[in-house]
Amino acid sequence: MSKEGVDNSKRRFLSIAVNSVVGAVGVGFAAVPFVSYWQPSARARAAGSPVEVDISKLEEGQKVDVEWRGKPVWVVKRSQQNLDELATLDGIVSDPASDVTSQQPDYAKNAFRAREDRKNILVVVGICTHLGCSPTYVKADQPHVLGDDWKGGFFCPCHGSKFDLAGRVYKGVPAPTNLVVPPYAYIDDNRIIVGVDSLEGAA
Amino acid sequence: MKAVLTWFDSRYPSAYKLWMDHLAGYYAPKNFNFWYYFGSLALLMLVVQIVSGIFLTMNYKPGAETAFASVEYIMRDVNWGWLIRYMHSTGASFFFIVVYLHMFRGLLYGSYRAPRELVWILGMLIYFALMAEAFMGYLLPWGQMSYWGAQVIISLFGAIPYIGDHITLWIRGDFVVSDATLNRFFALHVIAVPIALLGLVVVHIFALHDVGSNNPDGIEIKKNKDENGIPKDGIPFHPYYTVKDIFGVMVFGMLFAWVMFYAPEMYGYFLEFNNFVPADSLTTPAHIAPVWYFTPYYAILRAIPDKLGGVIGMGGAVGIFFLLPWLDRSPVKSIRYKAWPFKFALFLFTVSFIALGILGVLPAEGTYITMARIFSGIYFGFFIFMPFYSTWGTPKEVPERVTM
Repeated sequence: MSKEGVDNSKRRFLSIAVNSVVGAVGVGFAAVPFVSYWQPSARARAAGSPVEVDISKLEEGQKVDVEWRGKPVWVVKRSQQNLDELATLDGIVSDPASDVTSQQPDYAKNAFRAREDRKNILVVVGICTHLGCSPTYVKADQPHVLGDDWKGGFFCPCHGSKFDLAGRVYKGVPAPTNLVVPPYAYIDDNRIIVGVDSLEGAA
Repeated sequence: MKAVLTWFDSRYPSAYKLWMDHLAGYYAPKNFNFWYYFGSLALLMLVVQIVSGIFLTMNYKPGAETAFASVEYIMRDVNWGWLIRYMHSTGASFFFIVVYLHMFRGLLYGSYRAPRELVWILGMLIYFALMAEAFMGYLLPWGQMSYWGAQVIISLFGAIPYIGDHITLWIRGDFVVSDATLNRFFALHVIAVPIALLGLVVVHIFALHDVGSNNPDGIEIKKNKDENGIPKDGIPFHPYYTVKDIFGVMVFGMLFAWVMFYAPEMYGYFLEFNNFVPADSLTTPAHIAPVWYFTPYYAILRAIPDKLGGVIGMGGAVGIFFLLPWLDRSPVKSIRYKAWPFKFALFLFTVSFIALGILGVLPAEGTYITMARIFSGIYFGFFIFMPFYSTWGTPKEVPERVTM
């Protein structure tokens, strides 16, 4: 066989290209089990069952914490004054009308970020949308360094993000979005179930 | 004895070659000063951490239910367990002290400049791996600061557009920092990252010995060789610098032992007080700050009032060091001969790095945020404007031979 006129550089390029592409595909397939191994396991995925909260003893201004999917969920009973003051903050919070749909279910997309029939009860996940610290509940009438016009809300000690009593984030702080309102429903007047949108889903 | 050596040498001749290439036959500049202790001390700290770490794993039990108690068990009930644990925790901080001084030496004498760009990049990769190692190790005692520190740092990845939330879920392996997170961090901390670190350290040293060490004068000793091809300003690393470094190890060992025995927590800076409280996923400590060696970057993160911007600023603050060899365009390497604008810039950078480190442990309020923004500006300005100011002014004349 004559080797005259054979362009070895082209052969070399072709063999390198083919070997690299096929090799990369192989590495890609082999990586799947190792990458997927880090995803939440079946047990971790199954653990997120709904939790029940009894609010019969909750006074106005008080907050009760429950654990849902390992995260703190806050239930706060707001006074009529608290609710009235929310509108005055519309100018200094970054998403006053809760337009970011990922942060609450549809039934909480309103001025109070709560179910309309019990608008004084706030249910939010107590995890800052910045880097995941749990903010502190700071009432207007307790000592604080958040300014004279502070109407009560949540302050994150980690990086200084501020949220009002509807979990709406202030402008000019590191947190980008409002606190998350989890799915929740009322079992009766005094009991809330966190983790489902309606009682049918809870059974 | 000679017969044994001959037997060995005929079966593994490259062992003698390694000895010659890296110790007895490696000619280092004769004018090394105080700053040149920290390379060998960093190697010492790597060994201390590996040895103390191996012993800790013998009684540590990874797992959300067992981790905190097993660390306290090591501290109280295991013979000398407190010493091994404090050696490891104090060692982490001293490792960073030594590495920061080692890097500062590079800044002072232009050790990152050609032909040592790759040595610098490998060193930066080591620094990067070391930060990952320290971060994952800090989760293992499963205290409050472990938990919330990990929560914050993992959440940083959530700032990446579109895929951020999937990445944080993937890293944690659960919807919150949990048992799954702890166990994988344990695996990475004791196996994966140490192997990478060891490999990188070997390549860092080998690459350095190929191009030869820089020195406080920033001149190439290989340009002046005698008739045997040996640099006139070079002395064999062994015995000259092994003896010097052993002296350094003794002094350093005294300091290390003093902290380990008398102030292992270093008033909350080496081991934070909140970390003696078991992890609680429902309550963030009122004041959360990383361990001191991360605080400059943490201050930069907090200075930027935007989630993605803060994360980019933090990552950029570490990453920009990689570009240093190409940013410095001064005709001379060493600070001894550089013109005043570079000296002044390095002074400002050093001040801002320390100031950011202090601001990172203080709460993010009022004037502290303003100060953090100013110092962050100086920090990045040092790098961004370096191609310009490094060419300004007239440098002093560099001597032909090293000065003692």
